[in-house]
Amino acid sequence: MPEHFVSDRLARRRLRHVKERIIEAILFLAASVSVATTIGIVVILVKESFVFFQTVSIWDFLTDTQWTPLFADAHYGILPLLSGTLVSSMVALLVAIPLGTIIAIYLSEFAPFTVREVSKPFLEMLGGVPTIVYGYFALLFVTPLLQTIFPGLPGFNLLSAGLVMGIMIIPYVSSVSEDAMRAVPMALREGSYAMGATRFQTAIRVVTPAAFSGIAAAYILGISRAVGETMILAVAAGMQPNLTWNPMEPAATITAYIVQVALGDLPHGSIGYQTIFAAGLTLALITLFFNVLGHVLRRRFRQAY
Amino acid sequence: MVSTISSPRPAAASGPSADPGKKSEARELSFYYGSFNALKNISMPIFEKKVTALIGPSGCGKSTFLRCFNRMHDLYPGNRYQGQIMLYPDNTNILGREVDPIEVRMRISMVFQKPNPFPKSIYENVAYGLRVRGERKRAMLDDKVEEALRGAALWDEVKDRMRDLAYNLSGGQQQRLCIARALATDPEILLFDEPTSALDPIATASIEQLITDLKEKVTILIVTHNMQQAARVSDYTAYMYLGELIEFGATDSIFIKPRNKQTEDYITGRFG
Amino acid sequence: MGAPTNIGEIRALIAAHKRWDVIFSVIGMAALMVGVLTFAALFIEMIVNGAERLSWDFFTNFPSRKPEQAGILSAWVGSTLVMIVTALVAVPLGVGAGVYLEEYAPRNWITDLIEINVTNLAGIPSIVYGLLALGLFIYGFGLGQSILTAGLTLALLILPVVIVATREAIRSIPGVIREGAYALGATKWQTTSDHILPYSLPGIMTGVIIGMARAIGETAPVITIGALTFIAFLPPAPVTEAFPFLSFEWIMSPFTVMPIQMFNWTSRPEAAFHHNAAAAGLVLVVMTLSMNALAIYLRYRLRKNIKW
Repeated sequence: MPEHFVSDRLARRRLRHVKERIIEAILFLAASVSVATTIGIVVILVKESFVFFQTVSIWDFLTDTQWTPLFADAHYGILPLLSGTLVSSMVALLVAIPLGTIIAIYLSEFAPFTVREVSKPFLEMLGGVPTIVYGYFALLFVTPLLQTIFPGLPGFNLLSAGLVMGIMIIPYVSSVSEDAMRAVPMALREGSYAMGATRFQTAIRVVTPAAFSGIAAAYILGISRAVGETMILAVAAGMQPNLTWNPMEPAATITAYIVQVALGDLPHGSIGYQTIFAAGLTLALITLFFNVLGHVLRRRFRQAY
Repeated sequence: MVSTISSPRPAAASGPSADPGKKSEARELSFYYGSFNALKNISMPIFEKKVTALIGPSGCGKSTFLRCFNRMHDLYPGNRYQGQIMLYPDNTNILGREVDPIEVRMRISMVFQKPNPFPKSIYENVAYGLRVRGERKRAMLDDKVEEALRGAALWDEVKDRMRDLAYNLSGGQQQRLCIARALATDPEILLFDEPTSALDPIATASIEQLITDLKEKVTILIVTHNMQQAARVSDYTAYMYLGELIEFGATDSIFIKPRNKQTEDYITGRFG
Repeated sequence: MGAPTNIGEIRALIAAHKRWDVIFSVIGMAALMVGVLTFAALFIEMIVNGAERLSWDFFTNFPSRKPEQAGILSAWVGSTLVMIVTALVAVPLGVGAGVYLEEYAPRNWITDLIEINVTNLAGIPSIVYGLLALGLFIYGFGLGQSILTAGLTLALLILPVVIVATREAIRSIPGVIREGAYALGATKWQTTSDHILPYSLPGIMTGVIIGMARAIGETAPVITIGALTFIAFLPPAPVTEAFPFLSFEWIMSPFTVMPIQMFNWTSRPEAAFHHNAAAAGLVLVVMTLSMNALAIYLRYRLRKNIKW
């Protein structure tokens, strides 16, 4: 075989090989953007918070009962913002967890095929409504409605925001719970029915306990979503930090505070500017905790079957 | 297809009084999965306090037949029964439309092929059937649970860890737990659907021994793909093929002198 | 054993238990109805409140101090431009990452790290992305409060959605297809670009549409990077009259988006502006819901069409 023919082919192969490696490297870079994003978030939050905590002690941050960073007499206690986040989340979860679980059990164990096929896309759409629209709804529909029941209810309050947020979170809770329940093998249900149990008894006594870790993961997901929600609270609960456990009062959450500052005009590098990063860091740590917990639980339920 | 029923030895003095009492009976039973005819016109007695085995090659319909007895097929859409399964002495037709499947399942229990204990403690697994029947008294539950576990030859191994999760037991122990669970409610018939096919030989032997002991208290109907197991354990055997009952008779006579050529082919291993 | 002696009691017990089946079915339906009614109330309220504002002028007017004249022109143009940047960034990055993780990545700790990060990012509140953008894009890279910043931020936000959709689409392709391509002497990239990507395209598109629907409705991160809420001008047009006919000035321009306009109007105490908010909300909801519906429909058709 002529020599130039052979080496021509080999040369082409080496070129192809190089091209393959370059493409792989590009794709790897695309994949590492996710790692870079996480690192970026960590760096930004920690960097600005670090500067913040050189002015304000962590002790004050965690225990001061006032959050008034933009006043002359500035206080930097995160508790009011935490209470706003906590109370609104609890109201939301009091709606989302029972309703979401009931819907999941109903769809998984009781509902006829057509009901299930229609409900699943519907619930997806419910979760797809932009949160600003939910905020509008909470402020201009739910609050006036609640004011007919509770005449003293202020125009901004945690209750309306929490209720609407709860409805928004239902699809998250119900779809993960339902997946967990569907994963329970039919053999377990048959064992229960063979003992003379009814559908309800089987669903409650056998299927739900069997799907427990998946259901718990769904609840954790709901908590994480509630804590991180911004617009519904910014619009309907007001932006006034208020250390309270009463949902019928206005209050600011961590997220609403960040929005409030962003709407204003704070010079880069000022303490006011840094407060949003300290608040953001607190928020990120809380959601990180719940995300990790949920991830561990979800892995446990996947392994069980 | 005509089914042949051979009476137990000695053949000479045979008559209704030599047959043990019937606990149940299938009468011209047919079954359809949608349009597929899975069981064809089966008539067969189930004798009281005896072990009846159903054997046959894969797909012959033995499990399908078994699951008619506790209306398991009702759980899935598209299934249809034809004919009757009578339950004595009250002459109830198990397959009757007016009969509540839940009521049937409270009288007839089942042990499945793969052990399926609930995600609960050992105690709660056995007590489940009793709780479903509304039993709440602690003393009553304790007694019945112990009785059932003794009946399943499991009591000594678990009496100190009743609160443990059932999942922590070995495969053989789990299956005996499922048997105890089925026994706790004093069933009239106990159905076994290939109970040892997922177990190792030692566990299999202990379950077989258990079945032999249990028949003094309960009528037993067992599906098995293992002919030797049928020969070891049962008093009566039914050979099925492609949804039909080919031959039914006392185990001894079926295995020693089958009347039907198809039966003989299967038993001698020439087929299936 | 014998026949049950207290058959009457047993029957009563079973009947009582079966009643619970019925009761729970009703409760389950009622729970679903709560969601349905809320959604219906939301929709109807916005229609009742906002219908009077919906007109051609609404779409072609800038925001104004007079509610009757205020329109969403700058908002929807801004949203469109931001979405273009988001798509141009998120799709290559997300699909590339998905392809890498499914086709190329070896099973080692680096891959695990990447996968953990993708899962983690999906659970981070959207406002934290805004903080990242503020610190990194605006002050770190100096990109300013521009459409580019917004597009990049939202792209990062929806990246996990695109990656997961890509991975699932690729995973549903049977291994024999890959083997067939390799057996013919194709390289990894050739197999990927000629076979894997085209076959997984519908699944990827479904994920991209869902991600974009989410990005259009996002307010918090965009507010945080300082999108102004009263913009009475449009970003410079991408197409100019002089050579080279294409301008990229618009990328660095200040802007506003639909959800922020709605937020602005909702927050006004004058009730008249609430009509505008309702109308803007209607437009926004119709946009996101039709995108979601499109994605759901695509997914449904996908399941029916491709029979490997």
